This record gives sequence, C-alpha cells and structure tokens, in this order.
Amino acid sequence: MPNLKFCKMKIIKAPYKSWGGIHPRYHKDLAADRALREMPLPELLQISMSQHLGAPAKPVVKKGDSVMQGTLIGEAAGFISANVHSPVSGVVKDVVPAITLTGAMIDSVVIEPDGEDKRVNDLAPLADWQAVAKKDLIARVAAAGVAGMGGAGFPTHVKLSPPPDKTIDTLIINGAECEPYLTADYRLMLESPERVWLGVSILRHILGAKTVRIAIEDNKPEAIRAMEQAMRNADGDVAIVELATEYPQGAEKQQIFAITGREVPSGGLPMDVGAVVENVGTAAAVFDAVFEGMPLIRRITTVTGLPLNAPGNIIAPLGTSYRALIEACGGCADTVKLISGGPMMGIAQAIDTVTTTKTTSGLLALGAPDVSLYESMPCISCGRCVDACPMNLVPSELSQYLEAEDYEGAEELHVMDCIECGCCAFSCPAHRPLVQHMRQGKARVMLKRKKK
Amino acid sequence: MAEAIDKQDHLFVVSSSPHTHSGASVKAIMLDVIIAMLPLTGAAIYLFGWNAIRLLLVCVISCVATEAACRKAMGRNAGIDDLSAVVTGMLLAFNLPPALPSWMAVTGSVIAIALAKQVFGGIGYNPFNPALIARVALLISFPVAMTTWSPWIMAAPAAGIDALTSATPLGAFKSAIDFGQTVPYLTNSTTFMQFFVGHQNGCIGEVSSLAILLGGLYLLFRRCISWQIPAFYLGSVAVLSTLIWAVAPDKNLPPHLHLVTGGLMLGAFFMATDMVTTPVTRKGMAVFGAGCGILTVLIRVWGGYPEGVSFAILLMNAVTPLINRATRPRVFGTGKKKS
Ligand code: SF4
Ligand code: SF4
Repeated sequence: MPNLKFCKMKIIKAPYKSWGGIHPRYHKDLAADRALREMPLPELLQISMSQHLGAPAKPVVKKGDSVMQGTLIGEAAGFISANVHSPVSGVVKDVVPAITLTGAMIDSVVIEPDGEDKRVNDLAPLADWQAVAKKDLIARVAAAGVAGMGGAGFPTHVKLSPPPDKTIDTLIINGAECEPYLTADYRLMLESPERVWLGVSILRHILGAKTVRIAIEDNKPEAIRAMEQAMRNADGDVAIVELATEYPQGAEKQQIFAITGREVPSGGLPMDVGAVVENVGTAAAVFDAVFEGMPLIRRITTVTGLPLNAPGNIIAPLGTSYRALIEACGGCADTVKLISGGPMMGIAQAIDTVTTTKTTSGLLALGAPDVSLYESMPCISCGRCVDACPMNLVPSELSQYLEAEDYEGAEELHVMDCIECGCCAFSCPAHRPLVQHMRQGKARVMLKRKKK
Repeated sequence: MAEAIDKQDHLFVVSSSPHTHSGASVKAIMLDVIIAMLPLTGAAIYLFGWNAIRLLLVCVISCVATEAACRKAMGRNAGIDDLSAVVTGMLLAFNLPPALPSWMAVTGSVIAIALAKQVFGGIGYNPFNPALIARVALLISFPVAMTTWSPWIMAAPAAGIDALTSATPLGAFKSAIDFGQTVPYLTNSTTFMQFFVGHQNGCIGEVSSLAILLGGLYLLFRRCISWQIPAFYLGSVAVLSTLIWAVAPDKNLPPHLHLVTGGLMLGAFFMATDMVTTPVTRKGMAVFGAGCGILTVLIRVWGGYPEGVSFAILLMNAVTPLINRATRPRVFGTGKKKS
C-alpha cells in the first residue's frame, strides 16, 4: 500500500447546489480521446496585442526586427494588461491593425518563423520557487504575460495581487470545462497533471490560501484520477471537488458558490468573498513561467465539430490563424459557422484569418444541420429562462425592458449581473435572442455609467 | 477590415451566442398539450358521443380559421404553424355543454381568437385565457343554452330513491341549499368514483377527472407545465373546502366532491396552466394556483354561480403582472429581492 498516512488528498462532492443551469448535449467524445499534439508551424503568425482582458499591450518591435522564441514583442500598457512574447524565432514582417476574435481592430505583430526555434532566456528558471519572495513570483507571472486561460483572459498577476484589506482563504482551480465540445483542459489534466499541480502549489504559496479546491465535473473521471495521482502527497486542506455535470458549473461565481456556499456580491469580485479562481491551464502556465522561465507563448486549443475530418487538441503558438488550425485537423469544406470558443459562450467568426490568443480554448466548426435560422416569437411566459438562469434574473422580463429601450428599468432589474452564459436563450421555446438583448443592455448601461 | 473581409472567399454565419439550442419550440409545446388532451377527447366522445365530436370539430376549425383570417388582415404571416389556435379550440370545446348549438360554438371561437387574443397582438400578448373569455362571454350571452345539461341519475340520500336531474352536481347542490335543503345526493365514495371517472353532468371536457389527470401527468412529465399551479390550486381548494365543510357539514359539499366536480380538474391542469396568462416565476405560479383555489371555493360557496373556476382563473390572470413583479427571485449576490 502506498503511504496512505500522508495521503490527505480527498475527493468530495460539491457541498452546495448552484442555481439554474442546463444540460446541453456535450459532444465531448469528438475530441476527448485525441492526445495533445503540436501542429506544423504556420507560415506566418499574426499576434494580436489584445491577448487578454484589459488594455492591449504596446508593440515594442518593428518591421524587420529579428525575434527569438520568448522575445518580448508587446509590453503591458497599464495595470490591467499583459506582456506578449514571440512564440517563435523569426522576423517581424509587419506591425498592423488586424481584426481580432472579438471583431475589434487591434495592433498585431506579424512574424515569419525561421523554423529554428532559438530561444531567449530573459527569464531564469526559478526551480527553488519556495525560497523566492512572493512579490518576485508575482513579478515573474506578470513578466511571462500569464492571463486567465479559461476564456476571459484576466491578467493573472492582477488576481494574485489583492488589495491588503482582502484576505484570500480559498484557491479554486477550475477544471470544470463545462462548455460543450471542449476538451482542452481535460487533456491537460490527463497528460500533464504534475505541471498543473505544481502550478497550483505556486499559486497557493503566493496567495497564502489555506484551502485549495480543484473543481472537475463528474463526467471526467479519468481527469479526476490523474489529478488525484499527481496530488497524492499534497498536504493541508486540499481536495478535488466533483461538480455535478451541468452547465455553467465552470462559471466563476457559480463555482465559488457550489464549493464554498458564498455568493460573490453583485458588482463584486471573487476576492470579496475570499476566493480566487484560476483555470487549470493558467496553473500550468504559471508553472512554466516560474519553473522553466517560459513565457506564455502557446496554448491548447480544442479544434472540433461534426463536419471536421480529424478533431483534435492542438498545442498551437499564439497568432495561429483559425484556418491553419482547421487544416491541421484535416480541413473541412462544410463549415457554415466558425466559433471561437464553445457553443454556449463562444464568438462566431465571419472570417477564418483571425488568429489564436491566450484565451482560445476551442475552435468549433458547425455544419449546416447545426445552424438554423429561427424567427423569434413573442415571449409566451413559459418561465423556462427564469428556471435556467444561474444568476436568478428574470430574462423574459429583462428582454422586454430592453426591447422597449428602458435601460434604467433593466439596470434596476440587475441586467449588469448577467454573465452571458446563454442558459436562457438555450431554453427559450420562442427562440428569443435573450443574450443579445442582455449584451446590448449591458453595453448601454456601461455607456451611461461612463458618461456620468 | 474591409480588406481582410474582401480577401476571404466566403463569410461564415455570425450571430450572438449561444450557438446551440435545447430544441424546444412553441409548436412542440402546443403539440404536447394536444397529445395531453387526447385522453380527454376520448372520454368526451365516449360520454357524449356525436355532440363531443361536433363541438370539437366546430371549435377547432373556427378557431384556426379566425386565427388565419386575423393574421392575414393584420399583414402577418397567415400560417397557424404554432398550433396554439388548435389548442384554444379544443379547450373551448371542452368548456361547452354537450347540446350547445354549433353556431354558438362558432361565436365563442371568434371571441376567443379575435377578441381575446389577436386584438392584443396575438400569441404572447393576451392577458386573459382566450378559451375562458369565450366561455364566460357565452355564459353571459346565452345563459340558458350554456347551462342546459343532459338528464343524469343521481343517487339520492333518501333511502334507495334515485332521482333524475338535469343539473350539474354543483348546480343541483346549490339549488338544494338555496331552498334550504341538504346535499341532494350521496356524498360517499361511490359517488366520488362515479364523478371521478366522468359519470356526471357538465361540459364535455370537464366531467372525467380521470382523463384529465392522465393528460395532466403527461404535461408534467414533459415539463410543459410546472407542478406548482395544479398542486397549489387543488391543495388550496382541498384545505379551504375542508375548513368550510367542517364548520357546517350539512350546508356544504365535502372536499372530496369539490375536487371532482365542475371545471376544477380541467381548470387546474389545462386552463390555469396556460403559460401566456400565468406567472413566470415558480413562486408566482404557487401564488397563482393558491389564488385560483381560494377564489374558486369562495365563488362556489358564496357566489351567485354554482361554479367559479372560470372566474377565478380570469381574475388571477388579471393580477399576473403584479404577481410576477412581487415574486422576482433574489438575484445572485444581492441581499435583497430584485426591486
Ligand atoms: S445569459 Fe444572463 S440572463 Fe441569460 S441565463 Fe445567463 S446570466 Fe441569466
Ligand atoms: S423562455 Fe422565452 S418564452 Fe419562455 S418566458 Fe423566457 S423569454 Fe419567454
């Protein structure tokens, strides 16, 4: 028997039931069993300066410059921003504005790889990280340009620097991956659980959190087993939490509630309830940054969809075009809709020359059978959106306010608390564009607040 | 930007997330309601024969025709593809007495669709249940025809003498009480079972609680209705009628007969659960159901009509917007209710 005495790791069920939620068809089988693989280097990489949430980085290279793998090419512009590094060695062909996956025009650095993968060692590996001061570790995470890899891309060093009046007692590592189709986090936990766990240990050390919870949906038993194995010598209050398989268990607020029973206050942040949530991919990136001195220059993207010939989980350098990713997965002629991310919260792309960022967790190709044009009907008051909303909003009513352009009324009804998870629109038999209404409403309210 | 787009040989479809859907549709819900009404349809035809077939056909055809005509007149897509007019037609037929002349049924159908639904803007906008509006309008316009029932043998409490009556159980009871008499039929379990399966007078779709329950269970199973409305409706009728009966057992119908007479079962499972005219929140649905139950008993016991289901539901329809406002759930992360 292994040294069970020292094995304090436990697997627990989520103690609280989060509200609302839906059970979409998951389609994870398309890519779940495809091992991580690298793809052939694209001819050109177009690296957006907006890889993360917050201000785009400022380009610090110009046309004609030679760069190496890990060369800083964009510098964080402000506190909520993140550095960007070159994923390859090669030559800067251009610095131009280009369309990003959100549709915005943002400066991008275009690099032609030379195929030699020469690497700069600006960041020294900190193998003995326990001996390093916390602020230096945070500085390292910032220097390496680590940003939340679950989707939002919030700069990690910011999350790791809570104001002194906030104590963080719980670190939650999000491996729920509740978006249908996506398997990137699953493969990471399966294939590199030690990297994830060491990254978690570094994060825990920085935050001084006494409780650590690894949250994984119970439809991923293999991932749970792999993480359990990697964490067998963990000490202290560390546990894997098996979440019920339900969308959106991976949403930050819902996850904190399911695990701690604490509600992040309306308009507040997880740190207001003493919690920090980091994605498993982010934990691995922190490990790379600290342990190996490797900035965040590539990520795992699940390239999937029924029309694809060979779906897979691809390790691609930042700035890889979506077209190249699709080609690396056998290509597909029948794509009608191309989605950056998963089907619930992903962003539909008009063109496939858009390139990957630190947040591109998935690329989903939908064929004609999965793309229907609906005529939206008046609300029939069935209440299904109310049942489904994890934030306990009344989407039907909000959508009527927003259609009537009553933004103040919508604000009073907490439109700003909408997390745009899509549960309401997914459930609506009248096919009302509820999330679209919420987004428009949120944008209007933001505009109004700014003016004030 | 334009350049990048020009370079692309074709553009993909873009739309707001989510990019997937549960598959639910208004039409599918209406189809489920129609399926749930099949046991009732069977029971109505078995019990009332040709008259049931006649009324169902007349109501469905004239509701669908009125719907199509209204939509055409208003320049909307003239289709009836959401099937809601079929549902309204069937529900209206179920709320009519068997011998009602066809032309009256047609009048009711036009009222239901044109006045109670399309005038407000069509499906989703009507504040009141269209079939009930039509029923009440017919009741006021044609009071005799709307309360003419077939003869029915009731087991009288006086030893062994069964009486022939052409009133509904609630009507016979009400007139007896009004004349200072006691309950005019046995209130034992035999009577209950007789009423429960449908051997009583009443509208063609309301007499068989058994058939209604079968359909209601299907609706619950298919999640077309929430359990709150029927449970709180029937529950509050049971509780309130028990209290009243306990006070004066001679003057009041016992609760088990309240539950299987009149339009209560049909109302609780098929009329008070109409999505459009009832609250969207679970708590609101409970309040709605309880309100219907209380009003039904009050009207039955103290009102001028023997039956109060239609009025109770319509009254509660009127306060549905208020209930919705008062029962908004507490938003995640807020200490108080949504103001
Ligand atoms: S998108 Fe917004 S309104 Fe809709 S279910 Fe999610 S949180 Fe609720
Ligand atoms: S799900 Fe659609 S039809 Fe039903 S209440 Fe919500 S908005 Fe209205």
